[in-house]
Amino acid sequence: MSEHIASEHVSAEEAIADSVVPNPMHHNDPEHIRKEIRVYLTVFGSLAVLTIATVAVSYLHLDVRWAILVALSIACVKGFLVAGYFMHMLSEKKLIYAVLALTVFFFAMLLWGPWGHHYDTFGR
Amino acid sequence: MAEKRQVRVGREWLAPRDAEKALREAIRVQKEQERHHQLEHHPLGFWRTYVFSTDHKWIGLQYGFTALCFLLFGFSLMLLMRLQLGWPGHAFSIMKVLGETRAPGGNLLPEAYNQLGAMHGTIMVFLAIVPLAVGAFGNYLVPLQIGAPDMAFPKLNMASYWCYLSGGLVMLASFAAPGGTAQSGWTSYPPLSVIASQGQTWWLFGMILLITSSLLGSVNFIVTIIQLRTKGMTFMRLPFFVWAQFVTSFLLLLAFPPLEAAGVLQLMDRLAGTSFFLPSGLVVSGTRLMNAGGGNPLLWQHLFWFLAHPEVYVLILPAMGIVAEVIANNTRKPLWGYKSMVFATVFLGFMSFVVWAHHMFLTGMGTAISAFFQTTTMIISIPSVIILSSLFLSLWGGSIRFNTPMLFALAFLPMFGIGGLTGLPLGLAAADIHLHDTYYVIGHFHYVVAPGTIFAMFAGIYYWFPKITGRKMSERLGKLHFWMSLIFINGVFFPMFIQGLAGVSRRLYDGGAQYAHAQPVLKTNVFMSVSAWLLLIGQVPFIINFFKSIKWGELVDSNPWQATTLDWAATTSPPLAHGNFEHLPVVRRGPYEYSVPGSETDFIPQHAVTGEEPQGGGGMLVQSAVAQKEA
Amino acid sequence: MTVELEIPYNVHARPETGLYNAKLGVWLFLASEVMLFGALFSSLILIRTSAEHWPRGWEEGLNIPLATLNTFILIASSVTVVLAWANFRLGNVKRGRLLLLATLACGFGFMIIKTIEYYAKFTAVPPHLPSTSNFFALYFTMTGLHGLHVLGGMILFAYLSGPGFKMWEKEPERYVNRIEVVGLYWHFVDLVWIFLFPTLYLL
Ligand code: HEM
Ligand SMILES: [Cu+2]
Repeated sequence: MSEHIASEHVSAEEAIADSVVPNPMHHNDPEHIRKEIRVYLTVFGSLAVLTIATVAVSYLHLDVRWAILVALSIACVKGFLVAGYFMHMLSEKKLIYAVLALTVFFFAMLLWGPWGHHYDTFGR
Repeated sequence: MAEKRQVRVGREWLAPRDAEKALREAIRVQKEQERHHQLEHHPLGFWRTYVFSTDHKWIGLQYGFTALCFLLFGFSLMLLMRLQLGWPGHAFSIMKVLGETRAPGGNLLPEAYNQLGAMHGTIMVFLAIVPLAVGAFGNYLVPLQIGAPDMAFPKLNMASYWCYLSGGLVMLASFAAPGGTAQSGWTSYPPLSVIASQGQTWWLFGMILLITSSLLGSVNFIVTIIQLRTKGMTFMRLPFFVWAQFVTSFLLLLAFPPLEAAGVLQLMDRLAGTSFFLPSGLVVSGTRLMNAGGGNPLLWQHLFWFLAHPEVYVLILPAMGIVAEVIANNTRKPLWGYKSMVFATVFLGFMSFVVWAHHMFLTGMGTAISAFFQTTTMIISIPSVIILSSLFLSLWGGSIRFNTPMLFALAFLPMFGIGGLTGLPLGLAAADIHLHDTYYVIGHFHYVVAPGTIFAMFAGIYYWFPKITGRKMSERLGKLHFWMSLIFINGVFFPMFIQGLAGVSRRLYDGGAQYAHAQPVLKTNVFMSVSAWLLLIGQVPFIINFFKSIKWGELVDSNPWQATTLDWAATTSPPLAHGNFEHLPVVRRGPYEYSVPGSETDFIPQHAVTGEEPQGGGGMLVQSAVAQKEA
Repeated sequence: MTVELEIPYNVHARPETGLYNAKLGVWLFLASEVMLFGALFSSLILIRTSAEHWPRGWEEGLNIPLATLNTFILIASSVTVVLAWANFRLGNVKRGRLLLLATLACGFGFMIIKTIEYYAKFTAVPPHLPSTSNFFALYFTMTGLHGLHVLGGMILFAYLSGPGFKMWEKEPERYVNRIEVVGLYWHFVDLVWIFLFPTLYLL
């Protein structure tokens, strides 16, 4: 092509070539996967127990404040288990942490804003 | 004078006229080859090539063309509004296009005026500017500038366009809804929007489609920019335009979902009888509304502005990206403070999520919350100033080429400056109490978006037109377009500050005619309306130029502006239909290596290997021949 | 002359990020979903805290045993997806596919129970509708939107275990990636329910 400027080129395959190293996060050896499976089943058990716990507590008809505290604490632990183990967030890449950190901050702002405004209004 | 000089083409020295001929011949041969190549390798049918294409360039063009149509449509709605504002109570035969229900005998009805206003805002923001800035320019250029064969998810890209188009069509269809289209402003504040006629429901469905489209698009852009940068294209070597698109995508990704949720809630209010946004004991036209009550209209405002403030940066950041590219290219200098511009952009993006309630100072907001949002608003103006100052300083000492794209880019700077500076008083509650909901606010944001963003879009169109078509647009028509636009757009928007400071409210059907305090500034209404219609005439040269140049514009080589970025330097113009690059280029330096001391040419492409004689054909020499010819 | 059409890092991870495209894509999508449900939770907090009286879930006749059962179903379906993913990587194709179908079945179970709940609300005397009170407005809107997400996930699983299964033969790695990515989405849907269940039913 007459229009081309001298330069070095690389094909997509070449670009990929140095990354065909299997993703280190997915330890693909069977022993490791079996271990993973055991972890999943343990987490399942814990989630089940926590679900029963939170429902059981609800039958105590605690005062709203305490009920919220307990139920949301349990929900947070359950959320941690799902995100940490099922979604592998405990061993995720930095980039994903960065995206999620940003999201969590904005999420917090979003929860705070309308509510904060409501409590800081003239004439209240 | 240049006639006597000789320029080198390939290995030969030729007179300029012969050089030009040789050049054109080379271009013709190349185009021929490309066409053959495409025929051989891509037997995609008509539908897959032109309608349901997954090629980012074609999708970009689809976005661009659709968005320009909406831009013109939104503009014409405004022209009708300006007729009404300039001469309230007057009948105009052109109003009859709106139909007897909206403008009986050419007299615009108040509710029809509200429809025009609401749809003008909605169409301009969500259907014209954002799709043009992100969907069109972003789609077309980002993969080319980072050296990628396409976007990361081509099918998603296509889906995103079709969601956008459906959203647009729903918006258009809403004009035919009983009671007309949405009439509660582009902000759709409840309770009015909840009790408004059916058009509002269409508006909400349209918005949900548009938001979905933006979400798909933003995921695609972020993944593309992070994952598909070619070898050597580090983040600090990205053209500023790509950075702007990157931050923009994050804004779209994280700010739009709350509006989607709010849209769902408003739909529930309208269709399922809920009261998310309706307080208890609401009385409409003398009758008490039979709803559960207990809702909060301010909730909508929060969720809306949580999107809509970041949205204004979605409108401006890609524009800044385009202006930065055009300025670096036409000053033949590196951008001044590239790094600080990048950091400022990232910081700006972050801050734009924590200022939203400055649109709500007059909702009885207490001092603590108000102080918080005033502070963040003052802070966010710092990065804006950094970016603008860097662009201004980039001009210093450059040997500026005053071509049409550059003129638009240069005009962007002071226009955006006016828009930004007038934002500061609005960000301080004490001043905003006077200015809120007046024409001053309208002046403020239009300065940022119209002579700001839209001028940057024009700069981009003139600048990348040769990339897309292989032909340049006419400079003469371009300059005519520029000067008419610049003069008349200021005629439209500057008087708004005067009116606003005098206390004239926005969204008035009669332009303030029945208000005593508006009388001294009422004359400006006619002035603005005349300017608006002249502005329309100012766009005629552009439209002619655009279509004429597709067919008959001056043929140019692949890199007519002698630019350094990969989109120009490493691809043909127009680029290969699929895959963009014959081989992915390897990047060796930053994006703006202009006028490097000791270099043979005044620009070094990002991927060029220096220190060696260029091999084969001497492409670079052809380009330097053109450079010398122009000099 | 050939042109590079292939999109890099479609299947394999890019070394600097350690991610393949779709995985980054799905996490970004989930980030936006966090903001979507975040806005709904924000609305709930505002409307609840500004209400004079806010009923507890059971006072309004929400069916806690059924919802608990649904919680179990959803958690179980999360396990079946990760197990499917693990089994495909072990090469246990049959078991992997069965586990996908089990996930799909869980999705069905969840939706059926949800329908029963909704039906009971609509047919109660007086009926409990979204317009009845802000409590029910939030209940129906939030569980409804969540239900749509479940439905979306079911479509994905039906595709992956049905027509989309072809890919396993030709590009097994890519297929496994798909399971991982859809799995991530599904866990997120589970996660949302983990918070929805106590906030609407138990508090
Ligand atoms: C540079 C710093 C900026 C500051 C401090 C600022 C501040 C403000 C404030 C406080 C308001 C609310 C005024 C009111 O309603 O009383 C406002 C309105 C607005 N601004 Fe800005 N702004 C800035 C830049 C921008 C930019 C870059 C854009 C868009 C590209 C923009 C677009 C808008 C729009 C569209 C509105 C009005 C929305 C409406 O009420 O319909 N602003 N600005
Ligand atoms: Cu704002």
